Amino acid sequence: MTEEQTGSDDHDVAPGDDTDSGELGGGLTGYIVGLALAAGLTAASFFILKSSVIWQPAIPAALIALAIAQMGVHLVFFLHVTSGPDNTNNVLALAFGVLIVGLVLLGSMWIMAHLNHQLMPMGEMMKRMR
Amino acid sequence: MSAPSARPRDPYQLGHGHEHGHGHHAATGHGEGGPASKRITTAYGFWIFLLSDFVIFAGFFAAYAVLRDQTAGGPAIGGIVDPSRVAWQTALLLLSSFTAGLGSLAAARKNLLWSEIALLVTGLLGFGFLALEFAEFAKMIHEGAGPDRSAFLSSFFALVGCHGLHVSAGLLWLGTMMAQLWAKGFRADIERRLLCFNLFWHALDIIWVAIFTMVYLMGLVA
Repeated sequence: MTEEQTGSDDHDVAPGDDTDSGELGGGLTGYIVGLALAAGLTAASFFILKSSVIWQPAIPAALIALAIAQMGVHLVFFLHVTSGPDNTNNVLALAFGVLIVGLVLLGSMWIMAHLNHQLMPMGEMMKRMR
Repeated sequence: MSAPSARPRDPYQLGHGHEHGHGHHAATGHGEGGPASKRITTAYGFWIFLLSDFVIFAGFFAAYAVLRDQTAGGPAIGGIVDPSRVAWQTALLLLSSFTAGLGSLAAARKNLLWSEIALLVTGLLGFGFLALEFAEFAKMIHEGAGPDRSAFLSSFFALVGCHGLHVSAGLLWLGTMMAQLWAKGFRADIERRLLCFNLFWHALDIIWVAIFTMVYLMGLVA
């Protein structure tokens, strides 16, 4: 019982644990760096909308890239998910979660886009039903 | 490997590994030693819950992506986005995530006063976020752009409102944690609850990143 409190598990990490070992994302500096990076990425997202830095048709792709980068920043600096050996369980669970999220999102969009493509337009269908 | 009695710390033979490395027999995350401490298993279990929550949100995101253009002659997404309000919401939520992190640092140092202050600031920032969202919803419903107007608006309210409900639940949890911390101090179980709360709050911020990108900013593009 006492062992549990004296940190016998400092080589076993759960998400949210403050590793505090000078690694990426430990301690106060980690939170400050995370905040600065996240704020910068957010500002960039809002900025590229209004400026012409990025070629117009590529803006959605740029927004998605910035959002994924910011989620990575949050995971590393706030949730303390790293690629270290003590994080294998957490990273594997995250990878499985991302797989399911990707399947649900991309799968739905793919299927519905094809359905829209195959179906006759609504007006036409109404006309033929009469 | 062959002497079970030589490992008194591992009565169930869960980690029948060899002795090397870190100089202690307890769980090391390498599959050696016994089950991890309660703090580790609690946080890991809550991590699994959060990932399942992400999957639920993926369903709402998919519904939104599919129904985005089904406006039934009603307002489209481009017409209802107020960029400055979204920027404020994002700033409030990001800052609240930061102060939640500061709170976890204070809690790790068993500093009651600063833990409570950090939690209070986190709550106020979260409340500001919710107030902005509530104002947006009220204005939209008042203008006849409520969830019953079109499939697009249904999916919009479902997705953004689901996140708002999560934030509301988080605020309730936050108030409870402040009271529990005040009444019971830094007990091991209270610390575990704080850890889970921080995970939950940071996860809400991650989902908001997806919402402001996919719903609001993309809405301004198209």
